[in-house]
Amino acid sequence: MARDKKDKKAKKPKAKAKNHRANRRANGLDTQRAVEQFLYNQAEILDERRWDDWLGLFTKDGKYWMPPREDQETGEGMPNIFYEDLFLMDMRVRRVEHPYAHSQKPKNKMSHVIGNVVIESEDRKTGDVVARSKFHVVEFRNDNQRYFAGKYRHHLKKTKDGYKIRLQRVDIVSAEGPFDYVLQYWL
Amino acid sequence: MPDGILGNPGNLVEPDQVHKACYTDDDIFEQELDKIFHKSWIYIGHETQVPKVGDYWTTWVGRERMILCRGEDGVHVLYNRCPHRGAMLCQGLNGNAGKTFRCPYHAWTYNLDGSLFRIPVEEGYDGTAFDPKDPRFSMKPAEQMGIYRGFVFAKLSEGGPDLDTWLGRGARAAFDDICNRSPEGEVEIVQNCFRVIQHSNWKIFLENQLDALHPSITHHSTGEAAAEMQKVYKQRTGEDPPIGYQFLADFTLPYEKWDSLSTYGHPYGHTVLGGYMGLRPRDPITVSHEEALTKAYGAERMDEILSTNVHHVLVYPCLSVQPPLQQLRAVRPLAADKTLTEIWHFRLKGAPEGIYERSLAYYYHVNSPSTMVNADDLQNFNACHEGLRLGGGGDWVSFHRNAGQDPVENGVTTSVTGMSEQPMRNMFAAWKEYMSAGS
Repeated sequence: MARDKKDKKAKKPKAKAKNHRANRRANGLDTQRAVEQFLYNQAEILDERRWDDWLGLFTKDGKYWMPPREDQETGEGMPNIFYEDLFLMDMRVRRVEHPYAHSQKPKNKMSHVIGNVVIESEDRKTGDVVARSKFHVVEFRNDNQRYFAGKYRHHLKKTKDGYKIRLQRVDIVSAEGPFDYVLQYWL
Repeated sequence: MPDGILGNPGNLVEPDQVHKACYTDDDIFEQELDKIFHKSWIYIGHETQVPKVGDYWTTWVGRERMILCRGEDGVHVLYNRCPHRGAMLCQGLNGNAGKTFRCPYHAWTYNLDGSLFRIPVEEGYDGTAFDPKDPRFSMKPAEQMGIYRGFVFAKLSEGGPDLDTWLGRGARAAFDDICNRSPEGEVEIVQNCFRVIQHSNWKIFLENQLDALHPSITHHSTGEAAAEMQKVYKQRTGEDPPIGYQFLADFTLPYEKWDSLSTYGHPYGHTVLGGYMGLRPRDPITVSHEEALTKAYGAERMDEILSTNVHHVLVYPCLSVQPPLQQLRAVRPLAADKTLTEIWHFRLKGAPEGIYERSLAYYYHVNSPSTMVNADDLQNFNACHEGLRLGGGGDWVSFHRNAGQDPVENGVTTSVTGMSEQPMRNMFAAWKEYMSAGS
């Protein structure tokens, strides 16, 4: 209700609002905001283990990639920490939720914070975007807390249902360090 | 605990059970480092890990930090310690030292074979015992170094059997099998080391590698998820799923299949688990591999090489090799309850790219830090160690399955069934021998 009132109010200075929107678009602020919302939403989906929503974030040929080194330029034919298409992600979901997945008893919990979102490029024709961001993740399981930090690089395809991930590259700062127990699923 | 049992570690091991102190006692752990890890050959790395002069990798042998490096004259294994004031010379995991190792503290520099090259200020040593030619002012090389088909081992003590003898027929087979699968008879390491810390004793890891009973239980969830996805993949794409799914779906094999395997216990604790994976399907990759090997060795020898089907070869106490999948895990005990594994994989020189991709798929699914397989192994290792640490629930670990039933011929024990606990008994027989020596 309150929102309706506000909207009606906002309608009055029509031309001004239009200009404002145009300026925002020119400055890329709409894209900035839309990408940020997308990233926050993705983080929330992961923190809440909403697996169907997670799989829905990717294009049909989308990939989630975590290379073992920052200077690695491709995931194809190379060792990786993660390099998964929708089929592999689907398998991981089935495994994580399987009643006999011992290392998910108890389950782990994660909390993501995303920041430093930078739009690297935006295709004027398609609206596709490449965006960089930083993340901090705390994971808790069985009385132990782990901490991860790093950067994302999202290749986003603009669709009628919003952005979809073509490729998400994840570089954790500790990629080359020893792993104390393993990553059950994506960060 | 029986009186004085720790004073004589041999008393901790019986033919069909071992005392929990073998895993959890800090004093036993220190004895293991002295009597096993400093007295036996330990895997350091592969020659191709350090392809260029000056390249180095650092690793552990027992409680020592060691450097594997390449000089003009080949590879060397050196203690990672400056003989001046004791600083570690190489701090990172790997790199290139250039022409010399240079200490960051006072700039004593050493040739790549460890010999002293120069010190920055030469005055002040007149009339002292310092002598640049005296080996004690050079980086110390490992007491012994041996290389078998490119795989570098070191031993931090004098004497004992040479590397070939110590490896014996059982463990040499690991390196022969992996190299023979290359039409050039050689492998090349992929410059990527996944390292995983396990909060459990090193022996728990080794035992698991040869444990044919655990896969269908521990990895049940992953096996079923993979088997389901094989069907989904086929339905959605109309194509056969990549082989990686099969590696995981194999974990759903019934007990009878695992029981039909054989394990072999060799001297010095080296132990072999027979293969269960169908790694010789009639797919185009395997066929082109066969052709490459036939060209190199002839049809008969090709068949002999590719018919060798082993899953794990355990080179006691330091290494687990999977020759047909071109990978290995080196075991570095850091404390009684903390173990580091260094995980590597290899290319077969001259073999089709698809053979490498098969190895890479296994490396990803089983050995990467996102593995859905070792995830559950690590859970068990930790649970075992936590349980063994406790006091009241019991003192002994049972290895009774098929105890006393496995036939022995020429010093090699063959398990009566795949799920016989023969591998554990064989490793502990070696453990007892090492730990009782000189005590």
